[in-house]
Amino acid sequence: MSDQSSVEILTEWDIVAARQLGRNVAKELGFGTVDQARITTAISELARNIYLYAGKGRIEIQQLTENGMKGILIIAADSGPGIPDIRKVMEDGFTTSGGLGAGLPGVKRLMDDFKIETILGEGTDIRATKWLR
Amino acid sequence: MNFRIPILKLRDTLIVSIQWELDDQTALQFQEDLLTKLHETSARGVVIDLTSIDFIDSFIAKVLGDVISMSSLMGARVVITGIQPAVAITLIELGIRLEDVMTALDLENGLDKLQLELEA
Repeated sequence: MSDQSSVEILTEWDIVAARQLGRNVAKELGFGTVDQARITTAISELARNIYLYAGKGRIEIQQLTENGMKGILIIAADSGPGIPDIRKVMEDGFTTSGGLGAGLPGVKRLMDDFKIETILGEGTDIRATKWLR
Repeated sequence: MNFRIPILKLRDTLIVSIQWELDDQTALQFQEDLLTKLHETSARGVVIDLTSIDFIDSFIAKVLGDVISMSSLMGARVVITGIQPAVAITLIELGIRLEDVMTALDLENGLDKLQLELEA
């Protein structure tokens, strides 16, 4: 039901690797150029968040098939400090890194489904899905 | 491994065509290279063509926005050209506004716009 691959995020170069992987999978699945750009951008933002805030983590790309629909699932997981106030980071314009990163609200808008789980001191797990129309 | 983005000079304008996906280091190197070239050549205008770029994330957008402000500090005007539909859509959805940035559909229009601006 799902096919997956992942990239460990440790350096800036891994951000490039993660988005290239995502773009290739999106292309294979038949996403158009606009959705490919959305997916690639979302992965880039999530991978950068890991690099900036958690130091290291993992981006996983899964192909989904559900009720005859095809989609792509991006999982961004880290065991960093966690997010103290989710409500705040989901507000537009909130950033703690000096203007870097459009943040999670942007990623949410680019994708169809967006889930975030975070535990202080343990890490953050973000899942974002885009369905093929 | 670092790529350097070539910067061409045509009369009093610098022309840059970004042809491949930008990683962070290349983007920052470009920022520095462009400002150095402005200083060396006393160019008054810059056209940055993004026709070959199929996505822009917040980092690249910030580097571009910054280099435009920096160039302006040095007395040069910058035009961004060739932004693809997919890039325009994702930038706005992401919540990034490149306000006060001169843009044009393609390189030719960009050079015309810059010329008008510099003559004004």
